[in-house]
Amino acid sequence: MAHEMTEVDTQHALAQTGDGQNASKQGQQHPLGIYFAIWGLLFVLSTFSYLVDYFHFVGFTRWALILTFMWLKAGLIVAVFMHMRWERLALMYAILIPPLLLAVLVGLMSIEADYTYWTRILFFGLLSGQPSHG
Amino acid sequence: MTDHAAQESQGLQSLVDDWSTDQETFKRVHWGKAMMWIFLLSDTFIFSCFLTSYMTVRSSTTMPWPNPSEVFALTIAGQHIPLILIAIMTFILISSSGTMALAVNYGYRHDRRTTALLMYATALFGVTFVSMQAFEWTKLILEGVRPWQNPWGAPQFGSCFFMITGFHGLHVSIGVIYLSTIATKVLRGDFERKGNYEVVEIAGLYWHFVDLVWVFIFAFFYLW
Repeated sequence: MAHEMTEVDTQHALAQTGDGQNASKQGQQHPLGIYFAIWGLLFVLSTFSYLVDYFHFVGFTRWALILTFMWLKAGLIVAVFMHMRWERLALMYAILIPPLLLAVLVGLMSIEADYTYWTRILFFGLLSGQPSHG
Repeated sequence: MTDHAAQESQGLQSLVDDWSTDQETFKRVHWGKAMMWIFLLSDTFIFSCFLTSYMTVRSSTTMPWPNPSEVFALTIAGQHIPLILIAIMTFILISSSGTMALAVNYGYRHDRRTTALLMYATALFGVTFVSMQAFEWTKLILEGVRPWQNPWGAPQFGSCFFMITGFHGLHVSIGVIYLSTIATKVLRGDFERKGNYEVVEIAGLYWHFVDLVWVFIFAFFYLW
């Protein structure tokens, strides 16, 4: 890959190597407090997730709670611990958009699973939860 | 000399400009960091394949799925507590993420001792996590769980369990080796000579990702 060292690149390179004083200012530097706050929040959210199971929530309530806590935790980790909220949009979108395609896979596979399930019920004449053989 | 910063656009326009101007796309991002993010993206797809396969076999089986709440329960001091081991493992992994985030911060402050100590602490949490996982595996194997059968219901439970937690445990183990190596280099002063501590942040990205994957495994495998 041909890469000409333009004026802009030179400036960039200088800013990256820099002297000691400069170097300490590069990269992701944020107050420590925010990490402790997120740490605490993750503990609280995990406790809530655990309590969902402990108190035997079922059906829609269970799923709504589990997914809410899951996405909140995932969001906090990516946004703050992995510093994504301070990155430029070019990187943010390059990393966060592609996984959305997985929704297609999950959708297709859930249709497939449903099909397999009913095929098994019809073909083997099974009632749910009653294996025909060991 | 043109002012580089003044030429850069912000917001949505910056997305279009960065990707379309035949130049460096990820500005002010260490190449190692961009590459780590791209690796993590590919790893996201690997774990998603595992979790999607698990969803598929679990919703297509006509046999009852073993109840994780009971399977992973422990009796501590005469008390039967559901899913307790997994809850403790979750808190340990979150704590390891916390110490790692702090390590990155101290790295940029050029505080070598604190950075290395926090990274070793992170690795130690990781070892604890893997040890508890080894305990969990041993317990289940002794109870008769195999990739093809188990005493409680759908045989697919075993294969999903061993593949998903095994692959995650492998990531934690590799992370422990990775972090220990970087921490030793930090302590030795390797990055002081280069004046660049982004390596710590890159290692941190990997470690936080391991924690991130656990969030999804915890929700889908253990809480479903």
